[in-house]
Amino acid sequence: MESLEHIIAEHPFFAGLDNSFTSLMVSCASNVRFKADTYILREGDPANTFYLIREGKVGVEVFAPSRKPIIIATLSVGEILGWSWLMPPFQWKFHARAIDCVRAIALDGKCLRTKCEENHDLGYAVLKRFAQIIEKRLESTRLQLLDVYAVRR
Amino acid sequence: MTITAHAPVDPMLPHPYVVREVAKETSDTFTLTLESAKEANGRSFLPGQFSMLWVFGVGELPISISGDPAKHNRLVYTVRSVGQATHALVSQPVGNTVGVRGPLGAGWPAEASRGRDIIVVAGGIGLAPLRPLIYHVLSNRKEYGRLVILYGARSPRELLYRKELASWARNRDTQVLVTLDYGGLGWKGHVGVVTTLFKYARLQPGRSVAMICGPEIMMRFVTRELETHGLRHDDIYLSMERNMKCGVGFCGHCQYGPHFICKDGPVFRYEKIRPLLEKYEL
Repeated sequence: MESLEHIIAEHPFFAGLDNSFTSLMVSCASNVRFKADTYILREGDPANTFYLIREGKVGVEVFAPSRKPIIIATLSVGEILGWSWLMPPFQWKFHARAIDCVRAIALDGKCLRTKCEENHDLGYAVLKRFAQIIEKRLESTRLQLLDVYAVRR
Repeated sequence: MTITAHAPVDPMLPHPYVVREVAKETSDTFTLTLESAKEANGRSFLPGQFSMLWVFGVGELPISISGDPAKHNRLVYTVRSVGQATHALVSQPVGNTVGVRGPLGAGWPAEASRGRDIIVVAGGIGLAPLRPLIYHVLSNRKEYGRLVILYGARSPRELLYRKELASWARNRDTQVLVTLDYGGLGWKGHVGVVTTLFKYARLQPGRSVAMICGPEIMMRFVTRELETHGLRHDDIYLSMERNMKCGVGFCGHCQYGPHFICKDGPVFRYEKIRPLLEKYEL
């Protein structure tokens, strides 16, 4: 069986991370599973975890009253779910639901925040990685908002 | 099998073609099958070429050929009904005659890409001009490397060629990834813009040729993503669209910098048009 340390070290998100940092992160990590169609996180709930997806697909949803939830993005193997644990008020902004059976590594955000405060080199390494993801998703969202496939009259 | 374009005929002379089928693809998009009223063998064409389709009494439209280049006795076009002329075209009853000029323009580099991996990136109705290339690669599977098809559309209802996408994915060494900008709850596939699919495509930059067709904004973002993945500028091709009239570079309606889209394109090597893509005035 693969150790958590090995899984974290091999995950694309943490590629190139110093071994000593990986060991620090392992103490905040655990293996989790979600059945298809179950919620992994819900808008408004405290955001104290993030997930490294190892298997399956997750839909990030926006809830709209009297409408079916709107899936705004899907995340899959090798991707990260959740960054609200990084910034106050530490609350989820969206729902996330397992589209099929999902296996992931859950990282305790509170635990990691404490370690990042104690060790700023670790904090910088983690933030750099999240900043890249946030930048990519912002670019995708902007493109999505342009609605480029709509008919231009 | 080598593909060739039809021998040049008077490009300004429309030939009568009979409408054999009009199939509904989505709420506003239809695929027309036309058969020559005069030429039993029809006209051969290169994947990526287009024709000027003339609806008598209404007008003439540039439409990319979306059918199989190996079956040139029938010309197939996928048309989005967005204005008077396109509406008239897709409303033609079976048996009616329309005028066809062409095939015209430069197509995808299907012959020059033999032996290489083919990366097809399509957005919305942009899949239509790429479909002949996909047919050609699949019919000549051994002559090409991997075929990767990345397709983005607006919503499940606006996906083109749904059944074919599924059947293409069953071919050897073929990866088909589809994404939607807005997925309903019934949609179990990917949601996000087409550039988000690249992380799932196993690209080998040195041996790949990318061919892109879709809205220009989408193509710009796709080229950047391909650059990030290490593809060279001369291994990227785009199909451009402008207001075409004559179809043969006489009238200048479709002038794009030093090029005429109808004559020099619609397919261009990225390297050739890269500086023009970021010009507001064009």
